[in-house]
Amino acid sequence: MMMMSLAGLRKGGGDSKYFSTTKKGEMHELKEELNDQKADRRKEAVKKVIAAMTVGKDVSQLFPDMLNCMQTANVELKKLVYLYLINYAKSAPDVAILAVNCFRRDANDQNPLIRALAIRTMGCIRVEKITEYLCDPLRRSLSDDDPYVRKTAAICVAKLYDINPELAEEQGFLELLHDLISDSNPTVVANAVAALSEIASFSVDGSKVFAVSGSVLSKLLAALAECSEWSQVFILDALATYQPSSAREAESIVERVSPRLQHSNSAVVMSAVKIIVKYVDLIESQETVKSLTRKLSPPLVTLLSAEPEIQYVALRNINLIVQKRPSILANDVRVFFCRYTDPIYVKMEKLQILVKLATDRNAEQVLLELKEYATEIDIDFVKSSVRAIGRVAIKLERSAERCINVLLDLIKTKVNYVVQEAIIVISYIFRRFPNRYESIIATLCENLETLDEPEAKAAMIWIVGEYAERIDNADELLETFMDAFQDETADVQLQLLTATVKLFLKRPDGAKEIMESVLSMATESSDNPDLRDRGYIYWRLLSTDPEAAKRVVLSDKPVIVDDSSQLEPALLDLLVENIATLASIYHKPPSAFVKRTRIPLGSGMRDDDDDDVGLESSDDDDDDDDSDDSDDEGRGKKKKQQQQDDSEDLLGFGGLSVSGGNGGGSGSDDLLGGFDAPSMGAPASSAPLTSRLSPAAAEGLQLDADFARRNGSIYLDLDFSNVSSQTPFGKFAIQFNKNTFALAPSSVNVDLGTSLMQGGPKSRFSVPIVTRPEMAQPGVAPNLVIDVALKNVAVGAINYFKVTLPFYVLFTEQGRADKKGFIDSWKTLGDAKGQAATLRGLVSTQMDAVVSLLEQHNIFHIATRNPAADQRVGYFSSKTTTGAMVLAEITFKDGHDACKVNLRCEVSQVLPFAHEAFQRLLVK
Amino acid sequence: MSASAIFFTDLKGKILISRNYRGDVPVSCIERFATRIQEEEEADRKPVFTEQDVTFVYIKYNNLYVLSVTKKNANVFTMMNYMVRLCGVLKGYFGEVSEESIRDNFVIIYELLDETMDFGFPQTTEEKILREYITQSSFRLEKQPRPPMALTNAVSWRSEGIVHRKNEVFLDVIEELNLLVSASGQVLHSEILGKIKMKSFLSGMPELKLGLNDKLMFKASGRNYAKGKAVELEDVKFHQCVRLARFENDRTISFIPPDGEFELMSYRLNTHVKPLIWVEAVVEPHKSSRIEYLITARSQFKSRSIANNVEITIPVPTDVDSPSFKTTIGTVTYVPDKDAIVWSIKQFYGAKEVVMRAHFGLPSTSDPNDTSWKQPASVKFEIPYFTVSGIQVRYLKIIERSGYSALPWVRYITQNGDYSLRMS
Repeated sequence: MMMMSLAGLRKGGGDSKYFSTTKKGEMHELKEELNDQKADRRKEAVKKVIAAMTVGKDVSQLFPDMLNCMQTANVELKKLVYLYLINYAKSAPDVAILAVNCFRRDANDQNPLIRALAIRTMGCIRVEKITEYLCDPLRRSLSDDDPYVRKTAAICVAKLYDINPELAEEQGFLELLHDLISDSNPTVVANAVAALSEIASFSVDGSKVFAVSGSVLSKLLAALAECSEWSQVFILDALATYQPSSAREAESIVERVSPRLQHSNSAVVMSAVKIIVKYVDLIESQETVKSLTRKLSPPLVTLLSAEPEIQYVALRNINLIVQKRPSILANDVRVFFCRYTDPIYVKMEKLQILVKLATDRNAEQVLLELKEYATEIDIDFVKSSVRAIGRVAIKLERSAERCINVLLDLIKTKVNYVVQEAIIVISYIFRRFPNRYESIIATLCENLETLDEPEAKAAMIWIVGEYAERIDNADELLETFMDAFQDETADVQLQLLTATVKLFLKRPDGAKEIMESVLSMATESSDNPDLRDRGYIYWRLLSTDPEAAKRVVLSDKPVIVDDSSQLEPALLDLLVENIATLASIYHKPPSAFVKRTRIPLGSGMRDDDDDDVGLESSDDDDDDDDSDDSDDEGRGKKKKQQQQDDSEDLLGFGGLSVSGGNGGGSGSDDLLGGFDAPSMGAPASSAPLTSRLSPAAAEGLQLDADFARRNGSIYLDLDFSNVSSQTPFGKFAIQFNKNTFALAPSSVNVDLGTSLMQGGPKSRFSVPIVTRPEMAQPGVAPNLVIDVALKNVAVGAINYFKVTLPFYVLFTEQGRADKKGFIDSWKTLGDAKGQAATLRGLVSTQMDAVVSLLEQHNIFHIATRNPAADQRVGYFSSKTTTGAMVLAEITFKDGHDACKVNLRCEVSQVLPFAHEAFQRLLVK
Repeated sequence: MSASAIFFTDLKGKILISRNYRGDVPVSCIERFATRIQEEEEADRKPVFTEQDVTFVYIKYNNLYVLSVTKKNANVFTMMNYMVRLCGVLKGYFGEVSEESIRDNFVIIYELLDETMDFGFPQTTEEKILREYITQSSFRLEKQPRPPMALTNAVSWRSEGIVHRKNEVFLDVIEELNLLVSASGQVLHSEILGKIKMKSFLSGMPELKLGLNDKLMFKASGRNYAKGKAVELEDVKFHQCVRLARFENDRTISFIPPDGEFELMSYRLNTHVKPLIWVEAVVEPHKSSRIEYLITARSQFKSRSIANNVEITIPVPTDVDSPSFKTTIGTVTYVPDKDAIVWSIKQFYGAKEVVMRAHFGLPSTSDPNDTSWKQPASVKFEIPYFTVSGIQVRYLKIIERSGYSALPWVRYITQNGDYSLRMS
């Protein structure tokens, strides 16, 4: 025995005793016990009530008594009472309101578990009066110190929105939720994203509520690597709605996402697959596409080792992926071979994929396999396998003969339903490849009398009619069906009618009698209008112009193709975006089966309108073939998607918290460096940093650090090296003291992902910086110094150092003013709110060079003026993370290595800092 | 995402316990599920179906159904994975999940349903962390529990401050061989599913690095390796503790492990494997009187290895009677419920061939066209101290700042997976 399996059975909880209650006077008894003096007895009684609730008894009349038990320090008991409230509050809304006080007290408890529990439960009680009281505690919870409470509150906003969307919007909860995207805790970020995506899906115009913009994107990617498994799914699913603006962006996102393919949670894997399959279309480099294609196949194959239900969903999705990119699984046909023990629903899906992956190269293998399945026990599976052989034949001309041979072998087994199915399939092959395999007709005819299924009969009759000139006893064969003509289904009757007419046209001699009798039965004694009409048409054709009849009835037929399972490209793209969701299982757009909660819609589920024409529906799966009707919706969605991309960053709220695109950001590496070239900061890796800690003072650690701004976020770049520590280290915790601009690291953890050995190379880490209101330092004179504490986890030492913030990293991407606005503000501010200085020893005196230099740091060029021949004046605007607009006028005079910088700003404290920033940027 | 409710039901669709997260689907919808379960043949049922506007997504677990419902275009794949994971958590809490154990633990199940999912969004399903604040009544602490830091930490699977008197790590490398052999004796499909289970009893926040004879890692680090000594893993999946970006970069498996037992990684190889145990059956049906079997089993692994508890199952027609067996090794039994004979060999040494003969009577009414006995034969076995892929643990480095040293214990075993040989 393996040691691992000896975990041992644990003792049962023994709760089953609560289910056995005396029938008579039960409620009364419970009531008394709930009001008992002893806490223990009350607890027992509560459990009995919940047990009764579990088995479906109505215990709503105990509401007031249960409410009495709510105020308890016992968490287990509290949870049970809360559960009761969730179930029964609706039935007694007026009493339920009494719970509000207790909830409010709990929401202020010193234990975060209780605070979160109160918020979580209140959100589940769908009673309007209680919802009103939810707003205040919820708002507090969203900025709770404990991330556990915040993550619970984030979901609770979605609950509130579900109950009362107007209230949620009025009270500004959506904005608060948006703020949480910049939270320092990745789990909180993920829940906020989940809640926002959910809310967006309720709303008529979801993209207005939440769309992944450039700045959100970087935050999501940063959180992705750090959060728990389910959180990763939320984030990946949100990312899947993002439309990358360039090939490079798509590539860099895919690069961040693809390690998720190795996650043990297959939900994470599937959502990562979704993004990659979607984005791969945008990637231009053929090499990258190839390598991604290679990367995708192994995780998809591994899904086939999961639980059968999971396999089923995986296979439905693989079906889409194979259509979208056949190359991914082109070499893996064998893994789709059915195991004997697979449930039928898995086998059926595998069959479809086998047909899709069949090529001339692997046809032999696939056909042998399909032949094997045709001898299994489950009749539906056997039939589908035979059909699959036919689909392979129609798809692969060069392998058609092999298919025919396999079908003949199957006919020889004489197993009735196999023979019938084979004949149906062969009739399709005849239609696809006329005049090629007629030699086998004799074999088919031998089985005529065993046919009892209408479809098989119709197929056989069609074959006889079509090749009447080569079948000597065609008339006799058709005659065998005549006696029971009235009892046949419409399909068989129609085929018989056409076949006898064909026989007559081809061999008029002996067939006249049969044809006439069929014509008369069809026209005179049938209730079926189709049959009657067709009968009359033939009759008239034959009686007026037999040559015309020949041209009509014996004309060449269009070649059939097997498109039964090929989806329209637009629908396919839409479905790829919906991988892992219900839409991907039904292969229908979500609008086909989901009602938007907020839009009143008359109709419910849409009917499956299968058109049962020949091979079109040859896999008896109902879900493959109505792509036509969904086509439009597919395109509509696509268009909307594009509009979404153009829409602006929704997060431009300003204020101290995340204004525009700050906060959060990528982790240690600068993969996203190419997103927005013009507003990019200095490249991360190359620039040398200022030394902050020396080995002597910091247990062997040499640390260099500086602030920088990249991709809309502030980073603290850190260079670590182990100069003289025996203990290798690689993990640090970082914290800031309160500071003027309320900056804080987005995450306390600094994990280099490697251990630095003594004397080894240095390692660069960039800590994303966010603004957090509670970090502000109101009482202290504004300054640019940030006090940093750094804990070296391996060594166990804490070191402190100061970094001066270059003020320009606070300039946001949103700082560009329009010309008119600039002139107005410039005038309004006037000299009173301005400050001028002269800078000497410049980096450059060329206006163009200065403009590009400043623009790199989000100081935007508005206009240039030439007041005199030797003078050039540039106007610039910028905006800080705190929302202060800084306007600048820079004057150069030919022949002087100096300029005059005149700054104006509403917030006068900013001016000295801004001057210093200009000095640092412009002076050598 | 967004499941509206989760139900545990018995095989007839009767609710054992449920939690309604959203209230947009009434609990009574379970009746439609029950009807479906009872009326439709099991073979026709798919694990996802929509009736009116409610979608039912379910898995079968032991003798139960776990069901979730939704009204949206939900992430069905996540819903299913959550349900599988939830069952795993429950199993960890109170052993096998059954009707009885659900009744016996309903209080804690409600707590877990509340904590692992909120408004239909899966939250934490890490059993070890859940145990820190959701405990069975018999173990309940006097003090009010608080949410463990790990719940929202980047390291969401381990709490700080764990202390073990003895620091030890056990690794079990377990490989399952999936094999499909055609009636003509050709290997149609062979696949190795391996997993490395770890049982860690380490104090503090240990930083671990696992080294395997992974071909791609050797390549990535530019090392030479003897041919045949390295294994090319086709797909690798890791527990969430492993740094995936790091693995993607240079194939290093580095992680801070959860405390106790967990599955560190699983892998898959699709290489062509020689069947470890080869079974050949010669069947001689004598029309309407008797049927004879000659079964040959050959062990195709090195003679110093032993396969334990070998069970070879051979299907037979449904209506056979008066069985008689002859064999040189092991015991043979006829199992009428399964229409099969089972040949059990306690210890099957490598590089050996053994033979068994079976003889049955057939009633004269027997249907000659009945092919139901043509199911594939299957084999069960366990070979200790052996991996069919040749994978090896080269090292497990453990670094903790308190500086203790701990040695890993490694064991290997190969078992059958879906191992079947089609009968001719």
